[in-house]
Amino acid sequence: MTDATVANGRVESVSAALAGSGGAGVMTAGNMLLEAAAQAGYFGLMTRTSGPQIRGGEAAAMLRVSTFASDSQDDRFHVLAAIDWQNVNRFASEIPLGEASLLIGDPAQGEPPEAFLKSGARYVPLPLKALAKQVSGGWPNMVALGVLGAVMGLPEEALERAVRKSMKKGGEALAAGLAAVKLGMAEAAKLERSFPLALPRAGAGRWLISGNEAAGLGALRGGVRFVAAYPITPATELLEWLSPALTKVGGTLVQAEDELASINMILGASYGGVPALTATSGPGLALMIEALGLGVAAELPIVVVDVMRTGPSTGIATKTEQADLNIAMYGLHGDAPHIVVAPNSVADCLAATQWAAGLAESLQVPAIVLSDQYFGQARAIIDRPPGAPASGKRLLAQPNAPAYKRYALTESGVSPMALPGTPGVTYTADGLEHNERGTPSSQASDHLAQMEKRARKLESLDCGEDWATLEGEGDVAVLTWGSCTAPVREAFARARAEGIQARLVSLRLLSPAQPARLAKALEGVKRVLVVEQSFSGQFQRYLKAEYDLPGEVHSLRRPGPLPIRPDEIHRTLKSWSRP
Amino acid sequence: MNAPAIAPALTAQDFKSDYKPVWCPGCGDYTVLASITRALAALQLRPEKVAVVSGIGCSSRIPAYTTCYGFHGVHGRALAAATGLKVARPDLTVLVAGGDGDGYSIGGNHFLHACRRNIDLTDIVMDNHVYGMTKGQPSPTTEPDWKSKLSPAGTGLREFHPLVIALAAGANFIARAFSGDPSGTAAVIGEAIRHPGFSFVEVLSPCVTFRPEQRAWKEAVHPASVAATDDPARAARRLMTDDGFNTGVLYKGTRPAYSAAAGKTTLHPADLEKDFAL
Repeated sequence: MTDATVANGRVESVSAALAGSGGAGVMTAGNMLLEAAAQAGYFGLMTRTSGPQIRGGEAAAMLRVSTFASDSQDDRFHVLAAIDWQNVNRFASEIPLGEASLLIGDPAQGEPPEAFLKSGARYVPLPLKALAKQVSGGWPNMVALGVLGAVMGLPEEALERAVRKSMKKGGEALAAGLAAVKLGMAEAAKLERSFPLALPRAGAGRWLISGNEAAGLGALRGGVRFVAAYPITPATELLEWLSPALTKVGGTLVQAEDELASINMILGASYGGVPALTATSGPGLALMIEALGLGVAAELPIVVVDVMRTGPSTGIATKTEQADLNIAMYGLHGDAPHIVVAPNSVADCLAATQWAAGLAESLQVPAIVLSDQYFGQARAIIDRPPGAPASGKRLLAQPNAPAYKRYALTESGVSPMALPGTPGVTYTADGLEHNERGTPSSQASDHLAQMEKRARKLESLDCGEDWATLEGEGDVAVLTWGSCTAPVREAFARARAEGIQARLVSLRLLSPAQPARLAKALEGVKRVLVVEQSFSGQFQRYLKAEYDLPGEVHSLRRPGPLPIRPDEIHRTLKSWSRP
Repeated sequence: MNAPAIAPALTAQDFKSDYKPVWCPGCGDYTVLASITRALAALQLRPEKVAVVSGIGCSSRIPAYTTCYGFHGVHGRALAAATGLKVARPDLTVLVAGGDGDGYSIGGNHFLHACRRNIDLTDIVMDNHVYGMTKGQPSPTTEPDWKSKLSPAGTGLREFHPLVIALAAGANFIARAFSGDPSGTAAVIGEAIRHPGFSFVEVLSPCVTFRPEQRAWKEAVHPASVAATDDPARAARRLMTDDGFNTGVLYKGTRPAYSAAAGKTTLHPADLEKDFAL
């Protein structure tokens, strides 16, 4: 919440969290609240946090409903409602409250934890459980849904539609759900504090989608028809979405025995001519690195989506961080040019994955897509993404092509690939260094020629305007990537409202780096702020290695899972704007 | 009007490339290569319809020595690459070839799951009980008392029994062959290719450089005295008394080969967008 968002007693954005222990139904209610916001015509974002338990642990649905599209969390939450307080104190740093916030809890479940009370938020005890009992078959989470919906001023019809959509079976459960929501709304009307939203902006054709689903759809749009899957948090939903979806479009998914198998399976499928992808997270990417190098050497297009979580090692599997940049960029042994693409919004998970698939195919090279848990598991109401432009196609060898050379030294570096089944052009794809024919070679001249060929492919990549998202002007620039782009954008909007100008550069194409393009984008810049979610400043080190940055360079960073919040960036921009 | 072109019958020679193998003189793998090309010719397959997939090791060099499509990948992962290829391209005949280190040690987990998955592949493991490419270290099939620089006192570990494991893990065809018997090996490989599902052929293939004593294998091998069975229990009982030198087909199962969920090609990705539309 920010003062700037309040006008005429109505706000442009409300942040609400619903917490409780396992089985309390906070995610169910959170999803209904997001659906209701969508039904009412608002934009919204729901992220989630949970304890380490497989089932039954504490969890919180964190929502932001707004009149404008944003993937960013706000600085503070307007309201936190808890079904119970069991271990919810563990989320205190993830759900910051302020003096203007509202803290709702069931007195039967005890007092709210000190970690929340000390924020100065107004505590309102509300007997959620007792209220639910007034309805036959009523649940406290549905009462809380009514309370939160009313606190943010959502119309009753929107909440009702969301509940009906979720409880398709109808019957007594639906009736009880609707009655409990109504009861919650009536209770909310008695509260002294509420945060009614301003009227939504008209918009049609919006989507409600998670970053993982968007990446899956992007993969299919990009032509991917083979997927090998090994489950890993927080990438599993991407694979689970793709499993039935692939079947519908004539593709196949195989569950692999481990990540070593999944990456090699997609190399095999791609060698057979079928665009192929796998999705994983840091530990899985680490296992896949050797075979990614095979993809580079044998020139096999594949896509690996890394939905990043905190590391090193197992880290915090359920929480986000931007610290796989180093391994994605530099983890491969040998000199192994490959593509690294990073989406910078939930919606961009679609476009970036589609783009990566097309680049992989047209350049015959592995591509890594660096998404993260924040995007992957967030559900967002977004404007319908634009239609799909044609994706890159693989250059294929013709049957019986005379004197066929699989790794011919062409000007672009890309040489026609023979697909099994094509007569007269058989060859062996090889991770051994080879000559133009593909014959293994240990000669220095072949090594150099093939290295230059592989490097040339990436140099020939024409990324057009897609290499970065550029916004704003002025002599101050903020450089960022991935999910940190969202709070930067929001900080820019606030700064603009105060007449402060700055340039936003959010890199989408991390490899190959585009130093000439960035230099042009930063012409005249005197101060640079690098914003990222990594402890050691991996992004800043990457920028130093690959680019020449103008002027003073400052870093705003922290490890996951705590997000960089818009206010932190906004404050820096403000301080820099003073003469 | 021209008569339709009739492709001339292919011979084993048509499946041999002009590359000179890196193998030592006397290596068993030469005759395994000859057996594979002979089997492919006998089945009258076209080289472009066959893919030979391998990992790393002496025998894993085999794909490029054929005129088929080849995939020489990373160490231990041939079965995984072949799985992806065969599922994506069921029209191809896919052979996997390699050694005991590649197939049973670094690739051991994939071996278990390839048997279990039962995809229509033929896995040919040229077993010489040694890592040859790295010049003589013990592999999972090496005898416990075999001494090397890396294991001066021997490994002290009991050998991995590939046929027992293949049977337990669900391979649909299990055979042992000997490189010194190229016709027998070609016949077994041909039968393995024809048999649906995952076919496993263990080929005893001596390493005369690091295990010269394996020259004596030609005296030790003997054809199995009984015909192949489709009963896993009976195959298991035979393996209880296996001396490691029985050759021939042990087991021909009837488990249906893996078939991927058949994709309906009716929808376009755009048709899936309605799931997200509000």
